Amino acid sequence: MNGHRPPGTLGAAWLLVRKDLAIEFRTRTAFLSALVFAVLALTIFYFTWDESVVSPNDRAPGVLWVVLTFSALLGLHRSFGLEEHDRGIDALLVSPISRESIYLGKAIGNLIFLSAIQVVAIPSLALFYNLPVGRPLFIVSGIVFLAMVGIVAVGTLFSAMAVNTRLAELLLPMLSLPFFVPVLMNAAQAGSRIFAGRPVAEVMPWLRILIAFDIVFVFACTLAFPFTLEE
Amino acid sequence: MTSVSHSPAVEPKPVFDWVLGLAVAAVVGFYVRAIYFTPIELQQGAAQKIYYLHLAGVIGAYLSITITALMSIVALWLHDQRADHLAEASAEVGLVFLTVVLTTGPIWGHKIWGAWWAWWEARLTLTLFLWFVIVAYLVLRGAIEDVAMRARYSAVLAMLGALLIPFIHLSVYLFAARLHPMPVVLKPSRPSLSSEMLTTLLLSLATFTFLCVALIRARYRLAVQRDLAAALDVDGGVA
Repeated sequence: MNGHRPPGTLGAAWLLVRKDLAIEFRTRTAFLSALVFAVLALTIFYFTWDESVVSPNDRAPGVLWVVLTFSALLGLHRSFGLEEHDRGIDALLVSPISRESIYLGKAIGNLIFLSAIQVVAIPSLALFYNLPVGRPLFIVSGIVFLAMVGIVAVGTLFSAMAVNTRLAELLLPMLSLPFFVPVLMNAAQAGSRIFAGRPVAEVMPWLRILIAFDIVFVFACTLAFPFTLEE
Repeated sequence: MTSVSHSPAVEPKPVFDWVLGLAVAAVVGFYVRAIYFTPIELQQGAAQKIYYLHLAGVIGAYLSITITALMSIVALWLHDQRADHLAEASAEVGLVFLTVVLTTGPIWGHKIWGAWWAWWEARLTLTLFLWFVIVAYLVLRGAIEDVAMRARYSAVLAMLGALLIPFIHLSVYLFAARLHPMPVVLKPSRPSLSSEMLTTLLLSLATFTFLCVALIRARYRLAVQRDLAAALDVDGGVA
């Protein structure tokens, strides 16, 4: 009988993550397009500065955050857009899982999706902008992860809202970007100092705001998510 | 050709909004005082007079945004459509006042700081991002036709927006404090005012609070009528 018991919140969330990743793994459309976009943007941005004025080292952090933001929007839109086909969302709603686990499953799936893009984008950044591969790059990868948690937390909620409106994907950046401001501002400020060789202790004030944002918005969005579903 | 006849009950009659009329008259009276009967500030000259509009914008904007946030909580909690209409009305009025703040701020800044925009001015930057959130809020409302869904979605956005404010404020403050010294000589806080200026300032507080309330009231009535008309339309279609 145990086999028929509905899974708990996290168990159900993990089932949903596996479902989304399986779909993505079989089609690979969203991942490939987001990945190509990220690498393409990295190379294009190289030519937007005068190399004799701003060194590649100085502009790399800025490029990193622009690329992260927009590849995140690509992934986030796909998250609930996927459920619109054949009203897959209805099947999720009638299944014996809590609405919070739908949100957490989608959010964790998005985090994995975005992380996979960064696994390619950050080394590409180091390659194209001749960044030294070492401790700073690893610390910045950690900051990127913290930023992604905040971005995914609000972005997943807004993705669920945007798909139900007339404007759909046009609305997602308009809703999300103002909420990304504190995340990007603090992550970018901390990241550029780490790239410049400053110690981690010096960037703690920015990291504290970043971590506080992650905690507050993961909780707030998990609580708010049930209100975005049809009753 | 068919002629459409209106029954007397639904005959639209022109309504003059006396409260709004009175508020506009008060604003006109206030500006007569501010321009002609308030002394010109010694250091800033005539540019200081823009404060009487700038401050008015700030009062209206923050009053409206507070009402939007509070009414969103009520709308989500009690499912009260009036609260949703009030949130919508005050958000739109808030956007107008925020636009006034964002227009007059740089004009004053250009004259006094020598720069149109100052990213290190935490309040100005916060106002800009608030403006973006309110625009998103109104666009979201416009993109949803279902009344109940519109109320839920916009209330969620308004409440998350309220949570966002301290984070943006802290971030801008940290950005400013680490990058530039805070302004010392030309700091945005006002120097001490003469009693006539203080009276004008207090008058602006009263006048624009009144204008803000009158505008929200007018916009609230419009929202109620619009949903009523939409409901009638649907009913008519079914019948």
